[in-house]
Amino acid sequence: MLLIYCPYCEEYREEEEFRPKGEAHIARPQNPEETPDEVWGDYLFFRKNPRGVHHEQWLHAAGCRKYFNVTRHTVSYEILETYKAGQHPASDRAPGVGTGGAK
Amino acid sequence: MSQRNRLAKGGRIDRGRPLQFSFNGVSYEGFVGDTLASALLANGVDVVNRSFKYSRPRGIVAAGAEEPNAILQLGATEAGQVPNVRATQQALYRGLVSSSTNGWPNVERDLMGVVGEMGGKFMPPGFYYKTFMAPAAMWPKYEKYIRKAAGLGRAPRENDPDIYDHINRHCDVLVIGAGPAGLAAALVAGRSGARVIVCDEQEEMGGSLLDSRESIDGRPAAHWVGKVLDELAAMPEVLLLPRTTANGYHDHNFVTLHERRTEHLADTAPPAQGRRQVRARMHRVRAGRVVLATGTHERPLVYAGNDVPGNMVAGAISTYIHRYAVVPGQRLVLSTANDHAYRAALDWHDAGREVVAIVDARDNPGGDLAAEARNRGIRIVTGSAVIEARGKKRVSAALVAAIDVEGFAVRGTADALACDTIASSGGYSPVVHLAAHSGVRPEWRDDILGFVPGKVAGLLPAGGVNGRAALAQALADGTEAAASALAELGAQAASITLPEIRSVREDKAVALFQVPHPKPAMRAPKQFVDQQNDVTAGGIELATREGFESIEHVKRYTGMGFGTDQGKLANINGMAIAARCLGQTIPETGTTVFRPNYTPITFGAIAGRHCRELFDPRRYTAMHSWHVANGAKLEEVGQWMRPWYYPRGNESMSEAVQRECRAVREGVGILDASTLGKIEIQGKDAREFLNRIYTNAWTKLGVGKCRYGLMCKDDGMVMDDGVTACLGDNHFHMTTTTGGAAAVLDWLELWHQTEWPELEVYFNSVTDHWAAMAINGPHARKLLAELTDIDLANDQFGFMDWRSGTVAGVPARVFRISFTGELSYEINVQANHALHVWKALFEKGEKYGLTPYGTETMHVLRAEKGFIIVGQDTDGSVTPEDLGMQWCVGYKKPYSWIGRRALSRPDTQREDRKQLVGLKPLEPALVLEEGAQIVLEKELRIPMPMFGHVTSSYYSPTLGHGFALALLKGGGQRMGQTVYLPMADGQVHAATVVEPVFYDPEGSRQNV
Amino acid sequence: MQHYSGFGLLKHGLSYHENWQRAWRNPEPKARYDIVIVGGGGHGLATAYYLAKVHGITNVAVVEKGWLGGGNTARNTTIVRSNYLWDEAAWLYEHAMKLWEGLSQDLNYNVMFSQRGVMNLGHTLQDMRDIQRRVNANRLNGVDGEVLDVRRIQEIVPLMDCSRNTRYPVLGASWQPRGGVARHDAVAWGYARGADAHGVDLLQQTEVTGIRVSGGRVQGVETTRGFIAADSVGVVAAGNSSVIAKMAGLRLPLESHPLQALVSEPMKPVLDTVVMSNHVHGYISQSDKGDLVIGAGIDGYNGYGQRGSYTTIEHTLQAIVELFPSFSRVRMNRQWGGIVDTCPDACPIISATSVGGLFFNCGWGTGGFKATPGSGHVFAATLAAGKAHLLAAPFSIDRFISGKLIDEHGAAGVAH
Repeated sequence: MLLIYCPYCEEYREEEEFRPKGEAHIARPQNPEETPDEVWGDYLFFRKNPRGVHHEQWLHAAGCRKYFNVTRHTVSYEILETYKAGQHPASDRAPGVGTGGAK
Repeated sequence: MSQRNRLAKGGRIDRGRPLQFSFNGVSYEGFVGDTLASALLANGVDVVNRSFKYSRPRGIVAAGAEEPNAILQLGATEAGQVPNVRATQQALYRGLVSSSTNGWPNVERDLMGVVGEMGGKFMPPGFYYKTFMAPAAMWPKYEKYIRKAAGLGRAPRENDPDIYDHINRHCDVLVIGAGPAGLAAALVAGRSGARVIVCDEQEEMGGSLLDSRESIDGRPAAHWVGKVLDELAAMPEVLLLPRTTANGYHDHNFVTLHERRTEHLADTAPPAQGRRQVRARMHRVRAGRVVLATGTHERPLVYAGNDVPGNMVAGAISTYIHRYAVVPGQRLVLSTANDHAYRAALDWHDAGREVVAIVDARDNPGGDLAAEARNRGIRIVTGSAVIEARGKKRVSAALVAAIDVEGFAVRGTADALACDTIASSGGYSPVVHLAAHSGVRPEWRDDILGFVPGKVAGLLPAGGVNGRAALAQALADGTEAAASALAELGAQAASITLPEIRSVREDKAVALFQVPHPKPAMRAPKQFVDQQNDVTAGGIELATREGFESIEHVKRYTGMGFGTDQGKLANINGMAIAARCLGQTIPETGTTVFRPNYTPITFGAIAGRHCRELFDPRRYTAMHSWHVANGAKLEEVGQWMRPWYYPRGNESMSEAVQRECRAVREGVGILDASTLGKIEIQGKDAREFLNRIYTNAWTKLGVGKCRYGLMCKDDGMVMDDGVTACLGDNHFHMTTTTGGAAAVLDWLELWHQTEWPELEVYFNSVTDHWAAMAINGPHARKLLAELTDIDLANDQFGFMDWRSGTVAGVPARVFRISFTGELSYEINVQANHALHVWKALFEKGEKYGLTPYGTETMHVLRAEKGFIIVGQDTDGSVTPEDLGMQWCVGYKKPYSWIGRRALSRPDTQREDRKQLVGLKPLEPALVLEEGAQIVLEKELRIPMPMFGHVTSSYYSPTLGHGFALALLKGGGQRMGQTVYLPMADGQVHAATVVEPVFYDPEGSRQNV
Repeated sequence: MQHYSGFGLLKHGLSYHENWQRAWRNPEPKARYDIVIVGGGGHGLATAYYLAKVHGITNVAVVEKGWLGGGNTARNTTIVRSNYLWDEAAWLYEHAMKLWEGLSQDLNYNVMFSQRGVMNLGHTLQDMRDIQRRVNANRLNGVDGEVLDVRRIQEIVPLMDCSRNTRYPVLGASWQPRGGVARHDAVAWGYARGADAHGVDLLQQTEVTGIRVSGGRVQGVETTRGFIAADSVGVVAAGNSSVIAKMAGLRLPLESHPLQALVSEPMKPVLDTVVMSNHVHGYISQSDKGDLVIGAGIDGYNGYGQRGSYTTIEHTLQAIVELFPSFSRVRMNRQWGGIVDTCPDACPIISATSVGGLFFNCGWGTGGFKATPGSGHVFAATLAAGKAHLLAAPFSIDRFISGKLIDEHGAAGVAH
C-alpha cells in the first residue's frame, strides 16, 4: 500500500486515490507516418520493465486529475521522487541514497 | 462438573462469575476471564482434537497464538458457526458451544486413529505424489476420500448474520504489543504528545508481565501494567486497542489491525443498548513509525511422542497458573535448554503440585532460577533431556537420558520418570512475522539462538523481538525505540524514569532443537515438529534425503508451517533439523517467508461493509422512479440501471420489444439516454484536440452542429464513439458510451497532459448534470413542438444540428441526432428538471401514442440501421475500416491522429480481416444466437475453421424477419454468400451475408 | 529412476523409508551444453523434460537462481482450463490440457490433476454474449464446454448466491468440465525428476548474470557459478524475462506486475469446482487439503516485490463474500504475491529473437500454470528444431510489430 506525494497537490495521499499508468517518458514518434513498423511497434508495446528504479506515470484520479511521474524501486517499492509531467527525474540514483523523502 | 485443575486462589479470573459452556456435547463450567483453552484444562480435558493425517489424539500445548492443536469448531446455531477457532485465543462466554474438528465418531474413540497408527508407517511426506496413479480413472475416487479426510472445521451453510467495518487511522507511532517493551514505548510516545495507537492481540494488555514472577518497583509486575494503562487511557492522543491483532505489515508503514469487538461475548454479535454491534473491525493504519514489540514464542523441544496430550511448552504452564489459576496436571517433568523455563517448574511447585524433575540439557546450569529450584529440593538432571514421552491419551512417563548435544547422540540408557505432564523449552524465537511481511529477511543471532527482524525502514523492534527479552532490558529497549521513532519524525521525546527491576541472572542457553533418540528418526516413535500438519523430524530428514534441500522445498514437501498457526512453534525447529541433515548452519538454511496474516482473520472483516448495495455504487437516472412505476425491466450497464423494456400486462419480452419498435417506426417513442457519458471540452485548442483524438475531422464543424466521432487507441483499434456538438467556437459537448465515460475522460486528460500540454483545452465530466431523453419517430417533431420555443422547421433545425431553448418551460439543449434512423430529438435538461420534462412529454404525447422504450428496442432499431455498439460489435481487435466506417476516417488530416499510423501496419492492411457485415437467416423467423460462430461449410466437423461470429442479433418487426450483425473474415467480399452457424444443440443455421444496413439505407427518414 | 507406486510405498514403509532415492541430482555445471534453459520453474522444467524425452536432446541444463519451482509455479492458484476464445490460444491451451490428462502417468508422479470443472460466471448481458461466443468457438475447436443457466449453476455450487440480491446477479456461466486444478509444486517436482532421470542437469542456486552474444549468436550464459556455454539458450524466466532480455540487449513487450492470491484455513469440503468471475473480480476453488484458494486481478503498477497492495486483497474478498455470503465467517490464513509478466494482448510470447540461438518463452501473465505442459512441449520442439513449433508460431514476438495480436482481453477480462 503505497503512500504517494502528489507534486500538484503537494501532499502525501493514499494509493487508493491514484491509478498507475505505466512507464513514463515514452514519447510518441514525431512523424508517425514516416516511422518504420519496428519503431512504431516498439513505441506501442515494448517496455523497459526494470527490476529496480522505474520512472512511471500515475494519475491522481480521485484528486487533482493530474498525470505525474514517480520514480520508484520495483522491488522495495520505495518511492525516490515524484515530479510533474514534462519534468525530468532528478537522477537515476539507487534507493537508499539521497533525500529518502519522496518529493 | 468440577474444575479439578483449578486453584483455589490467584489468577485473573472472576470466580464470582461462572460460565457454562460445552465441548463435544459435554457441559462444563469456567469463569469470566478464562479462555476456552484454560477452561478445558481446568476441567481436565486432555484430548481436544485428532491430528489430520495420522489421527493422533492431541491436547493443548500452548497458551496463545502459537497453539497448533486446539483448533475447534464454535457455534450454537448454523449461521453462528465459526470454524477453526484457536481455543487459546478465544475468551470463554456463557453458552459457548465447541467441538473438535476431527475424529470419528469422536476424539476419544476415533476409528481413523487405527488407520493412522497403521497407515502412519506408509504415509511419509510426499506419499500422495508417489501413489494413486494407477489406474488413472481411479484418481477422482481417491481424491474424494483424501478431501473428506482433510480439512479442519466446517464453513457455515447459512449466511453470516454479523456485520464488520473498516476505519482508516493515522498516527505518529503505532505500538504493536503491550508487553513491557510496548508499554514503555507507548508511555514515552504518549507523554511526548504524539498520536499513538497501542494494539495487543490478547484479551488483556500486559503481555508477559501478566504471568511474570518478577516485580516492578517492588510490586507484582501486573500492578505496573494497570498503572501504565490508566495513564495511557487518560491521554487524549493515545488509542488503546486490546483484542486487536496487527495481522499485516504493508508497504510504507501501512498496517492492518483486526479488532475482535464481540467475539469474546457470543457466537454472533449481541446488541448493545438496543443497537447492532459489529463483530470485528479492521483498522487500516498509516503509521509514521511502528514500534514492533511482539515478544517471543517459546520453542518446544522435538522428542519422540512429544504430541501426546500432556506435553506443553514450558511458558504456557506459567501462563495457565498465573493468569487462569489452572495447573494442567499433577506431576511435571520439565525438559529445558535454558534458565528461563525454570519458571514453569517453580510456578508448578508454588501451586503445590509435584515437580518430578527438571531435565536440563546443559551440564552445569547455574543461574538464579536454577539455584532457587535447587533450594526447594527439586531434582535437576543435568546434561540430559526427555528423549521420549510415553502414553496414549495422556502422558504417563518421560524417558530421560543423558545426551550429547553437539554430537546429536544419546549417552547411556534412559530412565522412565512417571509423570502426567512434560513441559519443554528449546529457547525463545522472536516474533518477527510482521517485519518479514515487508520482504526483508530476518537475521540470525547466535547469542540469542533466534532470528531478529532485518532492517525495515520506519519499523523499530523493541524488547524480546529485538533480542532483549529480560524485563529490565525490554523496558529500556521500548523507551529507546520510542525515542528513536520520535526523533525520526522530528519530535522531542519526553524522558521517563525506568522502574526498578531486580535483575535475574540467567546462564547461557544451549542450542537444542531435536532431541537425539537411540533409534534413527524414521524408526523412533514419531518426533513431531509441526503438530497441526503432522510433520515429523523423520519426515524432514527424509525430504532432505530425497533432494528437497531448499528450506522452501522442505516446507512444501512436508507441509511444515502450512497450518493455521503458520508454524509458529514449528518453523525454527524444522529449519534447525533441515540444517543438521544438510550439514549447514541455521542461517545458511534460512527461513521460509512469513506472509500476512499473522493470525487468520475472517473474510467478513476484510470485506467490511463493501458487499451487496455497497459492493459497487448503483447509478440511477433522474427518471428512474418513473421507469419503476411504469413496470420497466432493468438492465445493468456499467454501474447504471437502465430500462431494458417496458412490458404491458402479460407481454413477453419479445412482444414488448416488437411493440416498442413499431411505436418508434410508426409513431413516437422515448428513450432515457441520460447514462451516456458527457464531457465538456473548452479552450482555444479544443477543436485541434478533437482532430487529434477522433478519427474524423472537426475543423469545419460549425457552432450549432453535431458530428459522430470514432475514437481509437494508438494501435488503431476502436475504443469508443459518440456524438460531439459544437457549442461555441472553443466549446464542445462530447458524448461517450455509457460504460466508457470514465475511461474516455482519463484518455483525453492523458493525451492533453503528457503529449500535448501546449494545447489550451479543458475537460469536465458533466454526465450526471445533464439528463437526456431521446424522442424518436415520425411524430417526434409534432410532439416536441407542443413543448418548446425552438423553431423545429427542418430548414431551420436540420439533422445533425443542435439548438438551445426551453422544453416544458425549462432550459434545454436539443440535439437532432438519431440512433434509430427516425426523425429524432435528444432533449438534454438539467438533471433535476428531467422528471418534469419527461412527464410533460407524456402528457402531450398521449395522443401520439408516445411509448417508452428500453435498451433492447434501442438495440434492435440501431442494428436495423447498422449502427454499432462499441464493446458489443467490437472487441478491441476491430479498426474503423473493419467496420466499413471509412467515411469516418480523416485520411487527409494533417496531424497523425491517435490510431492513424496503425492503419498502415501490415496486419491492419490484410484483406481477410474480420469485417462488419449483416446476416439474414435463410429461415426468416429465426433469430441467430449472439456469439454464434460462422463457418463456411454446412457439414459439421471438429475442429473446423471459423470465420467470424454474430455480434448482435434480433427479430425485426419492421423487416418481418430476424437479422444480425457479424464480424466475418473478408466480409466485404462475401456479399450474397451463404454461411453456416453450427449450434450447441446440433442444428446448423444458414444465413446470407448482406450489407449491415437493413433499414432505410438512404437515411431519408431521419432527414424529414 | 526409482519407480513410484502404492506397492513401492508399502515396501519402503517396511524399511522405514530409508531407501528412497533422491528425486534429482545436485550436479556441478558442465562447461558446455547443447541447450541451456534459464529458469527452473514449471515451464522451464517441462521444456527440459520434453527436450530429453521427445527430442532425445539430453545434454541440457536448467539454470535456476533459487529453488526449483520457486517462482510463479509455487504461487499460483493452480487452475487449469483451455476454454480460450481465439483459435491460436485455444489450440495451445488445449494441447496443454491433453498433456495434463496423462501427466501423472507420464511422469510417474501424481500431480493430483483434478478435473472438477471450471465455471466462468456472467453477470451482464454482454458477459453472456461473450460467454456464448467463447463456448461456441471452443466447441468447434474441440474444446469441451457448455453454457449453464442459473439453475444448473446453483446445483453445482449450492452455496453460491445465485439470487437477484447481489449487486451484480449471476445470469449464467460457461462450464468446462475437463478444467480443474492440480498440485502446483508436484508439477515442478515431477518434471524435475523426469528431466533429471533423462540426464538433464538441474542447477539450482545458480543465477544468470549475463548472456554472452558474439556475431549475432548466443554463446552461452554467465552465471554465479561461472560461464556455461550453449548452442541455444531458452529463457523461461516469467516475471524476470525483461531482466534477462536486457542482458542480451533486448526489450520485450512485457510489464511485470504483482499478482496476489490468498488461502483460507483448511475446511471440510464445501466447494467442489472452480468458480471464476471476471465481472466482480474473483475466483475460488478448494484444495484437496481443504483451503479455499482465491485470487483476483493484478496490481496495476510494475512490481518485482512478490507483494502487492492490500486493497486488492480487500476487493477480492468483497467479491468472494458477495458470491458466497456464508464464507464471511471463514478466515483468511495467508496471502502472497507472484510476479506476472503481462503482454499487451494477454497472450504469451514463444519466440526466436534477433539474437541467433536465443529464444524466449514468456508473457504468460496470469495464465501460465495451466499451460505448463503445453508450453514446455512446444518450446522444446521450437528449441530442438531452431524454429517455431506450429502451435507456437502465432505467438512470435513479431506480432507486436505487425499488429497481429491475439487479444484475449475482450473475452477474458482477467485472463486467468
